[in-house]
Amino acid sequence: MTELTNLTISEALAKLGKKEISATELTQAHITAIEKNRHLNAFITETPDIALSMAKASDERYAKGTAGALEGIPLGIKDLFCTKGTRTTAASNILNNFVPQYESTVTSKFWKDGALMLGKLNLDEFAMGSANTTSHFGNVLNPWKRNNGDTTDLVPGGSSGGSSAAVAARMVMGATGTDTGGSIRQPAAFCGISGIKPTYGRCSRWGVVAFASSLDQAGVFARNVEDCATLLQSCAGHDPMDSTSANLPVPDFKALLTGSVKGMKIGIPKEYRMDGTPEEIIKIWDQGIEWMKDAGAEIVNVSLPHTEYALPTYYIIAPAECSSNLARYDGVRYGLRVEGENLIDQYERTRAAGFGNEVKRRIMIGTYVLSAGYYDAYYVKAQKLRRLIYNDFMNAFEKVDALLTPTAPSAAFGIGENEDDPIKMYLNDVFTVPCSLAGLPGMSVPAGVDSLGLPLGLQIIGKPWDEVTVFNVSRAIERAANFTAMPATVVSKAA
Amino acid sequence: MSMDVKTVAKVASLARIRVESDELDKYSRELSGILKWIEMLDNVNTDSVEPLANVANIELKQREDVVSDGNYQQAVLKNAPESLQGYFAVPKVIE
Repeated sequence: MTELTNLTISEALAKLGKKEISATELTQAHITAIEKNRHLNAFITETPDIALSMAKASDERYAKGTAGALEGIPLGIKDLFCTKGTRTTAASNILNNFVPQYESTVTSKFWKDGALMLGKLNLDEFAMGSANTTSHFGNVLNPWKRNNGDTTDLVPGGSSGGSSAAVAARMVMGATGTDTGGSIRQPAAFCGISGIKPTYGRCSRWGVVAFASSLDQAGVFARNVEDCATLLQSCAGHDPMDSTSANLPVPDFKALLTGSVKGMKIGIPKEYRMDGTPEEIIKIWDQGIEWMKDAGAEIVNVSLPHTEYALPTYYIIAPAECSSNLARYDGVRYGLRVEGENLIDQYERTRAAGFGNEVKRRIMIGTYVLSAGYYDAYYVKAQKLRRLIYNDFMNAFEKVDALLTPTAPSAAFGIGENEDDPIKMYLNDVFTVPCSLAGLPGMSVPAGVDSLGLPLGLQIIGKPWDEVTVFNVSRAIERAANFTAMPATVVSKAA
Repeated sequence: MSMDVKTVAKVASLARIRVESDELDKYSRELSGILKWIEMLDNVNTDSVEPLANVANIELKQREDVVSDGNYQQAVLKNAPESLQGYFAVPKVIE
């Protein structure tokens, strides 16, 4: 029998439906996998008791014939989603002991459909990072290793690094993530799995700890495109609790998932062929272009002229919004409090002890660009650039149905690399940030491995609200790539 | 523009983050580096461009002005570092 933890969500749902396996067995297998993989540090809080009691309820619903669309599927939840009664930290010391009294919309939708929670997954502190090296709860390790005998621990990408590592290591069948500038797509690429950030407004942000509200968007990870479609189906949709959540019908992603790109026009943005991009990244991109042609799509060269300005634009807008959002952590209503000589001193000591370095840097940059005298020069200027970047995409989408690009400018790198200069780390998101600034749906699918056996991803960017096309192009890449490589630890366990 | 240690100290105070004097140099170096980098936006003429605040293009809905939820005093205070008689408690502000 196939190991339960290697099943896809679709396969598991079929087996559960036919009562070949029980939700309890499936959950227990994943709990065991979590115990075996603790060295990866993918979880901040494991919740096996909650998982097993939810699994028991799922088994009862299967017996009664009232199973939901995700009945019995064990998921991991990025520790940025509030879960009622279960500690939610945002990987920050300032929320170390925070126990939400309410449930995020995205997770409550999953539970309503019968999915169950294995635990809360590690991330970069407040989702600020690209390597999962800024968590108060320690680094997450990528389950993948270089195949040349080099035993260096690699980063899983960030900020949703616990999510990508847990899905890749078969500890969970799927996971939630959030993506502000690439935090779902880049970790998916680094860990050889699929991940989608839907259109801004597709999933409710209610109950998601805020970082940069005009960019933050929830999404999902799984080990294939179909499973991502199934998960997004469950958690997407309008929510009156989030004023930016769109009151639009959610298409039936799975029913519309044909994987056909015949006659589609796929845009290749010339500005993404950047100087200094490793040859292997360009090679996998060119391979993707060939796959698209073979599948009957027409390749169209397009220009997104303001691409080079996307990262600096993002590093004004995101810190500005971060400095406003994180002003709420004052040691009064919730979270850490460090006593001081007076109230102001208490605020300052609390925030100094509660936030890590990267978060402090971003709060200070944000405070500076919003301060009197600099607001127009930095913040308004960035908003204008954001308009130009948005317009670039809209012009391109007059000619094409979707865009195909690399997801990240490298494969997973070693822990500690790119840490000497903050900008080096920021450059990881060079291909994902423009799409975020324009609020577009973007997905990463594994396309192959580099010369060291590490996974490389391709990114598919779609028009606003057109996740259906994003899924179909992604499925076509997935089919052509036939990516079957697995982290060595997973292979040896299955043998 | 670079961010000297005096500006770092001012910004830290605006952001209500205590920064020790021996950390000022490091922040000045790092934040100046980031500021210099983002100033490449000055290369683009944006005089006639309308700022984009939000891509969602969603009109804010008004709801009925009625009480629809609430009365969770205990839940609201549950995570408070300190509470007193149903209120959040803070150090004395007015002598």
